[in-house]
Amino acid sequence: MRRICLSMLAIMVILVAPHLAYAQDSAPLPVAGLEAFDTPSDDGSSVTLRWEAEGNVPADVMRSTSRSGEYEVVGEAETADGIYRDVTVELGVEYFYALAFMTGDGTVMTEAAGPAAAKSNWFRHGRKNTLVATFVMFALVVIYVTIARRGKELYVRKIAGLNAIDEAVGRATEMGKKIFYIPGIMSLSEIQTIASLSILKYVAKMTAIYGTSIEVPNKDPLVFSAARETVKQAYMEAGKPDQFKEEMVTYLTYDQFAYAASVTAKMVREKPATNFMIGSFFAESLILAETGQAAGAIQIAGTADVTQLPFFVTTCDYTLLGEELYAASAYLSREPVLLGSIKAQDVAKAILMITMATGIVFLAFKTDIIVRLLETR
Amino acid sequence: MRRTIPLVLTFVVGMYPIFAFFVPHASISGVNQWLDRALMIVAAFALPLGVVNLVGMNLTKIKQKREGWPYAIVLLAGLVVMAYFGVIGVITRQHTGFHPTFQMLFDNMVSPLQATMFSLLAFYVASAAYRAFRARNVEATILLVAAIIVMLGRIPFGDMLTGGRMTPLSEWIMNRPNAAAQRGIIIGAALGAASMSIRVILGIERTYLGKSRD
Repeated sequence: MRRICLSMLAIMVILVAPHLAYAQDSAPLPVAGLEAFDTPSDDGSSVTLRWEAEGNVPADVMRSTSRSGEYEVVGEAETADGIYRDVTVELGVEYFYALAFMTGDGTVMTEAAGPAAAKSNWFRHGRKNTLVATFVMFALVVIYVTIARRGKELYVRKIAGLNAIDEAVGRATEMGKKIFYIPGIMSLSEIQTIASLSILKYVAKMTAIYGTSIEVPNKDPLVFSAARETVKQAYMEAGKPDQFKEEMVTYLTYDQFAYAASVTAKMVREKPATNFMIGSFFAESLILAETGQAAGAIQIAGTADVTQLPFFVTTCDYTLLGEELYAASAYLSREPVLLGSIKAQDVAKAILMITMATGIVFLAFKTDIIVRLLETR
Repeated sequence: MRRTIPLVLTFVVGMYPIFAFFVPHASISGVNQWLDRALMIVAAFALPLGVVNLVGMNLTKIKQKREGWPYAIVLLAGLVVMAYFGVIGVITRQHTGFHPTFQMLFDNMVSPLQATMFSLLAFYVASAAYRAFRARNVEATILLVAAIIVMLGRIPFGDMLTGGRMTPLSEWIMNRPNAAAQRGIIIGAALGAASMSIRVILGIERTYLGKSRD
């Protein structure tokens, strides 16, 4: 009997021994309450794990397709984070998760959590506030455009940089020299480029009226096509389609610094009377503006890229700062419908300023309700 | 019809990313990614237009022997040689993805030329700073003083002169007045971009089509 008992005990030890390393009660676990669930408001590309941390140790994230199946390591986490997102899942497949830790007794694994399957969601709940803001912005634009259409006068402040366009074109006309219009280096997917094309049309119309020479060197092929159409249309609207020449709008290169080299070389050789640098710029902004300054041109720049604005401010005679660039088409055309949208933008800005000021006051009283209201995920 | 189709297309293609921003479902985001790829394809179609223009302009320059015409020959030669080895590399499926001659020309000519242009920035920054920091009026003087503090705060010499006070002062200028001004411009620009986008999507702004409102 004793021999049978000992034999059974030995068999049990042999069977259980490999699992002893994973024993859950061999050491206190540094996490509790592990749960796995579909990441809310995502496109179905992840499952989220959440737990309560009791200390901070590195852990292996283990995953299996069945609770008692074989678990594989799919990632690493710090227990203090309290959260892990598994982005290696397949849509709709159910997974079980556990966390494994190295201890003096070997590897310790938590109880499995799950099943959890990733699924595509239909709404990002963390962006409700942005949705409301989008509706408000659309509504404001529609309201003010309607008001403008009814003939109400809308006041828009003077913008020095835009007022100076006439003066800059006039200077080139008097000097009999060329105007360079550089529409930035980004493509048409950049809204600054579209704003720049609106200003180009105004400038090209003026050059058509005064018979001034203009050149628009381009880096992006799409912008090149659009700029050529814009200038051609401006000459047609000015009643001088015969004066439009293909070489007014040129394509140079897709390379940023080769483009800068080509344009600066043209500036040095041809000594233009006026340079417009309006659109989205990067490192080439200062190279272009400083060369233009050295060439003695009057320069009007405009960009919404905050990092490039200081370069333009120091080297150009006039600079359109951020929103002024977007207001240009409305300001120059004086079309009531376009002015209406500028007014809507001003109202939105006022709402935002009031919200921010309220948030600051609330924060002073240790209430972060406005901050939480504006948070987006 | 010529005007309506582009406007309808602009509305649909403009509204879709806004819709996809709020709806994460895979079927919606898939179409959004397809639209992004379509933009690249359209841009690729536009590239030959640019190349044709570039070749045409430079051939005319050479024919008419305009000022600097020898440079036009260099440009066209560069274009042809790089395009030739680029295409050959793709056809013969080179191990690195590029023909060795293409790679050699890029590493030894294109890349150093790019670096040269970029490094010119250092000199331009110096000359622009010299012009900007002349104390002509109160604003320029404030700019000059702030710039000196920030520059000294970025080097050990500044702290050595002031017993370690320059770095915190410099950080304060960058993180408080400077950041506040930047945020003001960013918020204004963001609202401007939103307003401009709505104008384009709703067809109020049409100058990018080459046509004004009628």
